[in-house]
Amino acid sequence: MGRKLLTEHINVEGIDTFEVYRKHGGYRSVEKALKTMTPEEVVEEVKKSGLRGRGGAGFPTGMKWSFLAKPEGVPRYLVCNADESEPGTFKDRQLMAKLPHLLIEGMITGSYALGARTSYIYIRGELLYVLRILEKAIAEAYAAGFLGENILGSGYSLDLHVHPGAGAYICGEETALLESLEGKRGNPRNKPPFPAVQGLYARPTVVNNVETIAAVPVIVNEGGDEYAKIGVGKSTGTKLISACGHLNKPGIYEIELGVPVEEFIYSDEYCGGIWKGRDLKAVVAGGSSVPILPKELILKTAAGENRLMTYESLSDGGFVTGTMLGSGGFIAMDETTCIVKNTWNFSRFYHHESCGQCSPCREGTGWLEKVLHRLEHGHGSMHDIDLIVSVAKQIEGNTICPLGEAAAWPVAAAVRHFRHEFEWHVTNPKEATMPGAAYRGAAVLA
Amino acid sequence: MAKITFDGIEVEVPDGTTILNAARQIGGGVVPPAMCYYTPLKGTGGKCRACLVRVAAGSAKDPRPMPKLVASCITTVQDGMVVENTTSQQVMDVRKGIVEMLLINHPLDCPVCDQAGECDLQDFAFEHGVSTTRYEEERRTFEKIDIGPLIQLHMTRCILCYRCVYTADQLTPERVHGVLGRGDASEIGTYIENIIDNEFSGNVIDVCPVGALTDKTFRFKQRVWFTKPVNAHRECENEKCCGRVTLWYKGKDVLRVTARKDQYGEVKEWICNTCRFDKKETSDWVLEGPAHINRASVISQNHYELPVVNPQVILDLPESTTRELERNPPLRLGGING
Repeated sequence: MGRKLLTEHINVEGIDTFEVYRKHGGYRSVEKALKTMTPEEVVEEVKKSGLRGRGGAGFPTGMKWSFLAKPEGVPRYLVCNADESEPGTFKDRQLMAKLPHLLIEGMITGSYALGARTSYIYIRGELLYVLRILEKAIAEAYAAGFLGENILGSGYSLDLHVHPGAGAYICGEETALLESLEGKRGNPRNKPPFPAVQGLYARPTVVNNVETIAAVPVIVNEGGDEYAKIGVGKSTGTKLISACGHLNKPGIYEIELGVPVEEFIYSDEYCGGIWKGRDLKAVVAGGSSVPILPKELILKTAAGENRLMTYESLSDGGFVTGTMLGSGGFIAMDETTCIVKNTWNFSRFYHHESCGQCSPCREGTGWLEKVLHRLEHGHGSMHDIDLIVSVAKQIEGNTICPLGEAAAWPVAAAVRHFRHEFEWHVTNPKEATMPGAAYRGAAVLA
Repeated sequence: MAKITFDGIEVEVPDGTTILNAARQIGGGVVPPAMCYYTPLKGTGGKCRACLVRVAAGSAKDPRPMPKLVASCITTVQDGMVVENTTSQQVMDVRKGIVEMLLINHPLDCPVCDQAGECDLQDFAFEHGVSTTRYEEERRTFEKIDIGPLIQLHMTRCILCYRCVYTADQLTPERVHGVLGRGDASEIGTYIENIIDNEFSGNVIDVCPVGALTDKTFRFKQRVWFTKPVNAHRECENEKCCGRVTLWYKGKDVLRVTARKDQYGEVKEWICNTCRFDKKETSDWVLEGPAHINRASVISQNHYELPVVNPQVILDLPESTTRELERNPPLRLGGING
């Protein structure tokens, strides 16, 4: 049974209220940090913990915090990125809905460490019910003296605001989020300058994911070294995985980083195997934007070892076989899944969500979707398969923000690993829309 | 100062200069194309990705190459930086791809487009594109939108460079238009089909790299290569207007008035709508002489620009030549009356 650091009390009745949360040890990190530690010491603990950003990129949090421009006297901000909307990723909303005070506690401790006097939680507009929960919890924290002027008599003051976005996927990109927070159209900014130098209102800003900030209280309470003992290598601590697709027990699981993928899929502690006793076909391990991997590659490394759920191990095979842990959106697909249809579906999403600012993404995502639509509906040609690979290559790495990669990777990986299925769709146009038929057909062809 | 190597050519530029502007100091064919960057407008650049270059060495201190191609218009130089533009096959391939992307929804209606002959995309496609397209899907088209009596918005041709949006934001007192929609459904538009109406709105025509925003008072009157550009000025009542323009003549008629542009097609100083749309008589202006046109431009067709002689050189010329020059000065108006 893996340790639960964030979700230990998630099922306690009334844990979303200040009283119950406090009874279960809530806000200890605020007391400890504000009364016994300097901001630099808090940053140092986070560095020691090896905590990596849980939003998808996996950048070391302590290092990100230490990049914040040093000059005193100018406002600086901590912004929580709660705009979770990657298909397959749904962990943060549950964390916020069930444990709002954990996030608030992390925001207070993190803001203290960074010297922020005003902090924001930028939440996806559709999550209105979560917004209400957070607002209620923030009001409770103000009433209890954990927010506002002179918190716990320490001399440190903090205002915390929740800001709903309008529901655009691109606003999950940190600079687009900041633009949106400033009241502008949510277009990503060119980097550099990075937010740590010029962020919100052109001031030094750190943008962290909900889960990342929620881990801060644990790190401050237990110490960075203790936290770093959990996990494997540079992937320390625990991670929330939102598992969905053809699994017996889809849901949100907190795993200790390093759990073998096979154990995660088949053990009763986690997903309990593939539904209806079917065979696993493919997995998207970190949200829809990361490359899809077939069963053979997701379960074993090239060396024949079980792949581990860590940031490094999922990409250890290099570009040919690699994928990423990303945001932890784990989508399992059984043997009946039509990969072409699935790829088209992902592509539709990225086409719809491209902000349209830079040419390769604006035009390329639409092009990909249209060709995939043709292939899926039996009007494609063999040339189209090479075409989508080429267009994906034209997008990848050439855009302002990572949405270009998010649109290109799933397509490129799907063709790389399941080309025979795309070809089957071309040679069997009348049956192209039948889920499962493509896979079985491919098996016959093979 | 920072010393960088651009396509094997060393150039020294002030700190904070962008790679693109460093390349412009070298000039010629090594300069990356720019569809969205516009020097006089703050915040432009980085969108069209036409100017992507490879940074083979970040700086003398950290000579590691940058992992991705970078937009040269927004990336500042570092001392010791090594940049590859035309010398990198990767850059050339990507540029070809960018032309293809930009032409997906841009109609090839150059024969009837007023921007033909002075269109940045036309030049970009000619230099970096291929003659065929792989795009077989339905293309984006738009209904005509009326945005006022002076400017024609032809959205079908728009490549979403955002230049006109920045122009409106930075030159005009009120924001009257912007980008609506997302992705390839984005479009330039006004709030509920409003009109663009303020004293400097005409400048959006000059900054548009393609034929999406054109001058309604000039549309379909003449191909630009049959006109003769002449620099002129007047005392403009609008204190924000520089009053320095280029008049585009056909015979003795002024068909169009634009702001003056530099060699990269960027406006040097902004002009007001009165100068642009209302002053179309030669008598309104003090003529200075023919505007310089790049020899490679189609506008240089039928454009008789005589050499400008350095006054210092005249002093050393034989007396007979000096007398001849006095009789037929190089920048005489007779040279541009077609």
